[in-house]
Amino acid sequence: MAWAAGGLAAAATVAGGWLAPPDELQGDAQRLMYLHVPAAWVAYAAFAVVLAASGAYLIGGDLRWDRFARAAAELGVALTAAAIGTGSVWGHLVWGTWWAWDPRLVSTALLLFAYAGYLALRRTLAERWAARDGGDHRVARPAAVVGVAGFLLVPVVHFSVLWWRSLHQQATVLAPHRPPIDPRMATALLLAVAAATLAAFCLLLHRVVRLERRLAPAPSPAAERAPAGVG
Amino acid sequence: MRHRAGRVALVAVLLAAAGLLVTSALRDTVTYYRTPGELFDDPGVAGHRVRLGGDVVPGSLRHEGDLVVFRLAEAGHEITVEQRGAPPETFREGTGAVVEGTLSSDGVFRSDHVVVRHGNEYRPSSSPVVPVDAG
Repeated sequence: MAWAAGGLAAAATVAGGWLAPPDELQGDAQRLMYLHVPAAWVAYAAFAVVLAASGAYLIGGDLRWDRFARAAAELGVALTAAAIGTGSVWGHLVWGTWWAWDPRLVSTALLLFAYAGYLALRRTLAERWAARDGGDHRVARPAAVVGVAGFLLVPVVHFSVLWWRSLHQQATVLAPHRPPIDPRMATALLLAVAAATLAAFCLLLHRVVRLERRLAPAPSPAAERAPAGVG
Repeated sequence: MRHRAGRVALVAVLLAAAGLLVTSALRDTVTYYRTPGELFDDPGVAGHRVRLGGDVVPGSLRHEGDLVVFRLAEAGHEITVEQRGAPPETFREGTGAVVEGTLSSDGVFRSDHVVVRHGNEYRPSSSPVVPVDAG
């Protein structure tokens, strides 16, 4: 799977870097789209994993889901930061500003803070209880509640450009009436998104396996098997 | 069971409070810019620093010394903008722009900051026509 992700990434680099034409208005700066959009999309997907895994943990009480939620949140925070970084460079080149107090930009920053806060909460709780993060219900339960609640921001971020006046352009691929995008640009974007999704999935699994391994040597059966207090 | 219900209520209240806080904090952000029509309708805005957004009217762009003068239009209203300082490279007639400054009593918007607002359409640049029989 890692090989497939690598191949897709190579194809996306070639397509986005050379085969796709520069944009009429934005020139080569538009190529930042092939980094910015996949980063944002995979960040949304990672937060959806946090939501699903937190929900699964709250229902079933299996700490494996808690580790999935933690790994996905780490991935999501990194990718949101990447989306803001690439967006900032893109904004500097095309809009003429690094940052604007615009609904999309501000709500994305809030999303970053929300999930950075989620990770901070996990860490704080783990230190407070002297527990291992990812292997203790006293950390997992409050974290799962925050993990579910944090996802409320994702639709706000996505629809911010439709609900409110924004400097940020509206969605192109996910728009209700698709505005024109050159097919070569669309192909490059699709390849980049596919590569990023697959690579992120590999990273997520890798991280979960590493967390399991780190927790394996000293399993505290009481913490691992206690029910999550549901029902 | 009562304990659980209490906790759910607490979480709901906290969520609602957080939502309220976020929306009120975003209020200024949410109207990121005003349209020319709104600026004309709101006399209190004169002298206050605001953002104004619209499309650059084709044919209205000219340079006067270090001033860039153009008209911004949206929904049938137009305002003349005097921009001090060079706009970004992507600034063209016909595309959207947001300027920051104050509306003077003479109806001219004096701005010192302009950003370009582009749409969600992506087209290849029309390649310059290469003369085939150049030789």
